Amino acid sequence: MPSSLTLESARRIGVIFKRELAGYFATPIAAVFLVIFLMLAGAFTFYLGNFFERDQADLLPFFTFHPWLYLVLIPALAMRLWAEERRGGTIELLFTLPVTPWEAVVGKFLAAWCFTGLALALTFPLWLTVNVLGEPDNGVILAGYLGSLLMAGGFMAIGSCVSAFTKNQVIAFVISVVVGLGFVLSGFPLVLDVFRGWMPHVVLDLISSFSFLTHFHDVSRGVIDLRDLVYFVSLIGVWLFATALILEWKKAE
Amino acid sequence: MQSMVDIRQLRKTFGPIVAVDGVSLTVGQGEVLGFLGPNGAGKSTTMKMITGFLTPTGGAVTVNGFDIREQPLEAKRGLGYLPEGAPAYGEMTPRSFLLFVGALRGLRGAALHQRVSETMRTVHLEDVMHQSIDTLSKGFKRRVGLAQAIVHDPPVLIFDEPTDGLDPNQKHEVRELIRAMARDKAIILSTHILEEVHAVCTRAMIIANGRVITDGTPADLEARSRLHNAVLLRVSGAGRDDVRAALGEVPGVVAVEALDADAAEQAWRIFPTDGAPIIGAVSHCVSRHRWNVVELSVCRGQLDEVFRSLTMPAQALT
Repeated sequence: MPSSLTLESARRIGVIFKRELAGYFATPIAAVFLVIFLMLAGAFTFYLGNFFERDQADLLPFFTFHPWLYLVLIPALAMRLWAEERRGGTIELLFTLPVTPWEAVVGKFLAAWCFTGLALALTFPLWLTVNVLGEPDNGVILAGYLGSLLMAGGFMAIGSCVSAFTKNQVIAFVISVVVGLGFVLSGFPLVLDVFRGWMPHVVLDLISSFSFLTHFHDVSRGVIDLRDLVYFVSLIGVWLFATALILEWKKAE
Repeated sequence: MQSMVDIRQLRKTFGPIVAVDGVSLTVGQGEVLGFLGPNGAGKSTTMKMITGFLTPTGGAVTVNGFDIREQPLEAKRGLGYLPEGAPAYGEMTPRSFLLFVGALRGLRGAALHQRVSETMRTVHLEDVMHQSIDTLSKGFKRRVGLAQAIVHDPPVLIFDEPTDGLDPNQKHEVRELIRAMARDKAIILSTHILEEVHAVCTRAMIIANGRVITDGTPADLEARSRLHNAVLLRVSGAGRDDVRAALGEVPGVVAVEALDADAAEQAWRIFPTDGAPIIGAVSHCVSRHRWNVVELSVCRGQLDEVFRSLTMPAQALT
């Protein structure tokens, strides 16, 4: 009965998703994260992005800073995903319940991603503002939001995987930021110079094609290329798969 | 008796350390098996392998006929587990936590809510059901852990130190609960507290250095005690040497040990040959000499003494 099996599986993912999402709101995490996220997003847009001075009805100055915002804030959310389960011993409880590691990984990831999506959705006053002040292309803005959400998922999946390695949340945070930075800047000399000279050109091209910035650049300008979407979705898939493997392999350590 | 947990040649190594070394056992319906053993003996590791948290290095575990490695979901479904320290999600309330565990256990809708309410009544959690678990006392936290293990009414229960850190009243309550559930379930629990073995277990197993040293009823274990059927005698107003000599001549007595004595009273422990009952012969001796008896009792044997004698030499070797 493959269909009923997958239905059961989806149900269990749903149960874990609900618990996890409720967990954000049962603790100060939700309030602190949402407030800080909105404050920083606003500050970047108006001060660094010169939202008003540009005199253009779009949200580009808003989206431009998202990679940097996520680089710091998403690891802060993701670090607790598995490190906290390890530290509190609840990982033993979770993995002796009739749940597969894959279901647990997906359920927890989706909750964290959804929560980030909520934070992103709460930036809607900016969208209202540009619509009041001018006549923006709302299709472009929608594409920007979609790209931003996908990129957030990428950061979250990386953070989930790193968090599965350790019971120390500080370590999980720092390593997630570094790995995330590698992905943001992989098209830039800072990262490429490490590999230049001893790696063949094909590999350098491959590494630079991993850049979050490059993939996000076009989407945030309203150009929805299937390759960018596939890139982010498969990036999420690969990191989550790795998370499940790591948990299966060293869940008891 | 139907076998519900079946373990064959279970083995677990962590690098060079052998934590569990060829443990085999079978637990059937109606049995409460107590794992005894010093810290680090392999009790928790064995339980973690039975419940599917740790993957064994060798051997096999079957729960309700399902191999824990081949069919983990089916095996786990019929299992309730209280891990050591009763971990729980601290920000949740007992009620929401039980609803979460019950839902993952496959309960849903009205049945889920009904089972959660019943379980909370069983372990007396109603008063704190809307408080977050973080704010509960140790005793309540342990009850939350017990509740999540039994919320789906599983046929097999594994409890890792269920009464650890509880006060005597709470311990009593948890034992009553385990006893009440024992009839139609197979239960494995670990403990350091030897009186607990008497209170709840139908069978006791001493584990040291990853191996099973003994396996039998609590009475079997006691019979292995040096003190089994020994007689404690306290008399007053008699000469020490006379008493010692007279007791030494009683048939079946192998040794007489002086416990404590003051001017008025003296106490003796009289050991039988091969644990055979000697109380009759001793009391006959007492009445023949017309000693003034203050106390006369039979010792069933002390589990902690058996435990020490069985686990200490093994420890000294390592």
